[in-house]
Amino acid sequence: MGKSVSIQSIEAYKIDSAESLVLLRETLLADQNKTVKLVNVCCGSGCMSSGSEQVREAFISGIKGLELEDEIKVKKTGCHGFCERGPIVVVGPENIFYQHVTKEDVPEIISETLLEDRVVKRLLYEDPVTGQKCFHENDIPFYKKQKRIVLKNCGNIDPTSIEDYIKVDGFQAFAKILSQMAPEGVIEEIKLSGLRGRGGAGFPTGIKWETARNVSSEEKYIICNGDEGDPGAFMDRSVMEGDPYSVIEGMMIAGYAIGASQGIIYVRAEYPLAVHHLSTAIARATDMGLLGHNIMGRGFDFVIKVVKGAGAFVCGEETALIASIEGKSGRPKPKPPFPAIQGLWGKPTVINNVETLANVSRIILNGHEWYSQIGTATDKGTKIFSLVGKVRNVGLVEVEMGTTLREIIFDIGGGIQGGKDFKAVQTGGPSGGCIPEELLDLPVGYESLAKAGSIIGSGGMLVMDEDTCIVNIARYFLDFARNESCGQCTPCRLGTKQMFNILQDITRGKGRPGDIEILLELSDAVKQGSLCGLGMTVPNPVLSTIRYFRKEYEEHILEGRCRALVCRALIFYRIKDYRCKACMKCLHACPVDAIVGAKWQVHEIDQSKCIKCGTCMEVCPKRFNAVECVTGKIENSGDKGE
Amino acid sequence: MDMNTEKLNKILAVFQGERGGLISILQRVQEEFGYLPEPALSLIADFLHLPQSQVFSVATFYDNFYLTRRGDHLISVCQGTACHVLGARDILETAENCLEIKTGQTTPDYKYSLERVACLGSCALAPVVLVDNEVHSKMTPRKVKQLLTEDIDDRKIQA
Repeated sequence: MGKSVSIQSIEAYKIDSAESLVLLRETLLADQNKTVKLVNVCCGSGCMSSGSEQVREAFISGIKGLELEDEIKVKKTGCHGFCERGPIVVVGPENIFYQHVTKEDVPEIISETLLEDRVVKRLLYEDPVTGQKCFHENDIPFYKKQKRIVLKNCGNIDPTSIEDYIKVDGFQAFAKILSQMAPEGVIEEIKLSGLRGRGGAGFPTGIKWETARNVSSEEKYIICNGDEGDPGAFMDRSVMEGDPYSVIEGMMIAGYAIGASQGIIYVRAEYPLAVHHLSTAIARATDMGLLGHNIMGRGFDFVIKVVKGAGAFVCGEETALIASIEGKSGRPKPKPPFPAIQGLWGKPTVINNVETLANVSRIILNGHEWYSQIGTATDKGTKIFSLVGKVRNVGLVEVEMGTTLREIIFDIGGGIQGGKDFKAVQTGGPSGGCIPEELLDLPVGYESLAKAGSIIGSGGMLVMDEDTCIVNIARYFLDFARNESCGQCTPCRLGTKQMFNILQDITRGKGRPGDIEILLELSDAVKQGSLCGLGMTVPNPVLSTIRYFRKEYEEHILEGRCRALVCRALIFYRIKDYRCKACMKCLHACPVDAIVGAKWQVHEIDQSKCIKCGTCMEVCPKRFNAVECVTGKIENSGDKGE
Repeated sequence: MDMNTEKLNKILAVFQGERGGLISILQRVQEEFGYLPEPALSLIADFLHLPQSQVFSVATFYDNFYLTRRGDHLISVCQGTACHVLGARDILETAENCLEIKTGQTTPDYKYSLERVACLGSCALAPVVLVDNEVHSKMTPRKVKQLLTEDIDDRKIQA
């Protein structure tokens, strides 16, 4: 080619061949070596809401004040997954991992770490088990057992910088297929890798592509499903926010494989930062010539646009998602015809989940042999889980398929918060189920979890402790299901509502003998009589909790007891008069003014006003410990609760 | 009804000839007016050559569209799974009590609207409350009471 690139002219640089991509990468890497020190500030949604933007500004102005802009670069990165510890700052060249950084800490980090190479120990993560301080990300138990393939760039690169992505082998996989592989070869590679859809159903990705490839049509579409609606799952959000170019490259490869020239990314409107980063990335890639006509001079055309969802969980279902893009209400249609044959505007359409697409460039670049070695005989690769709830280390974890639930919850997650007992783990969100302690050694995989009555689903993993009421959780998911049912199948529309009513009654102390049997019967009817995946799976939370925790249902129904002290109709708060010091703390804190008393006068809770929020218990000084929560009906308590 | 037809036409002009633009149009119109005024729906239907019933059907199918005027500030209480097990229901009830409205309603002075949202994806910081675009993490009923009893407009000016 004989062309050269200077670091100053990168803004206007065009990638018109595989060689020009290589040249750009080499130039960028050579320039990177000149930068002595790097401050990476996490600007994912989690860290942003903990104030990382102010931290970043403090670094920029502090470094400017010292006139060190040329030696120290401040970079915003995507999510590290350990959001609870945010804002997270990684300081190079040693990559010291600082957590809970505030803007007040910044001058110290600059003077100590950046100027003197000393570590600010108080900002390091401390292993709660050993008490040891961790200097680097990989020293932290949360990261040690993870295998980060999809998340490898998140937290390390500036998500909106195409240069950063190119430096970490970005678009190399795409360049490889354009110059060396036929579309059929790409599909074969993906099939051999064993990659299955990460959105929930786990359909083999290569077969989906092949089906669309084999239909002859002038127009075909690739849709990236970023409508991450499962409450409690946020891995797709992190990938779209933290590594948008990987998603785009995956779509380009998929487009080449099936013969599509148009891509659409459908993103939830609740994820504004993801929309922003994806749009920026698409614009940059278009400017550079990586999207558009005749990409890299190989005669391949591809464009991508972002479509925002409007708040309907059912739109995660393929046919509903297509209807939504077409400007209609998102109601699923019968399959077949499958979208791969007849999808958007009646044309062959492949819909892949964000995480699935982010795997694609890794597989193409490293080969299917590499990928299929990861995981188990039946489940290949890794899966990202969002580990939330009562676990100590909350966040996004990417693990090899076949890792056991125990390893995820106890080794990576650090076990249960506050020394409580583990009760169950709910996987797969509203379509999944609860798994009890005796099955914790189950390896995660599509079939293994299905056998236990749950699913991997999109990867939500909600850990519950003894303080979580299992019936309340089932009620919660059915509440969600009945709100999100699109309403066209009667069993789903009315069945979920009936199931919710029964569960509501049980949690309100109005359960009747026989309720469990009716729930089982209704579950069966909803599963059998619904058209789409939503209706077919939403009874799972009820079925699995009855299967493993029937006793707790019976306690609610027959004894009026909620052992987790969650169901409000079955619990009440009271002040132990012999412990109350009449300090007025609870009286002032009560959000509904339900506490009567005065200075020198022992406080009492007016049960008719009490909303049972537990604020009084929270504020009562530990040394008094005068507020208690008990289960059972108030009149039977033998106390002055009435 | 004080709807600026000129503004609406400007928005519609951008979508001329675009296939399947109904949802995007509704989103843009709502961005402009804060909700979807009824006359706007009729004009959108005319513009797209669609029956009004279809436009109304789409506008009511999706949670993000509002057919009545909203408050200046939107308080969204996340009811995602992680938030739920950490007490999101108490948070929502406290917010209802503080604002003296039910979920989905707007205060009579059009200052605040209260919504529940399925999941904001900030699960690691649960329970969360979104005030306009600002995420408040690890909320408790007490913190909600503090947040909603101080005047949000005053707070913005101070900050």
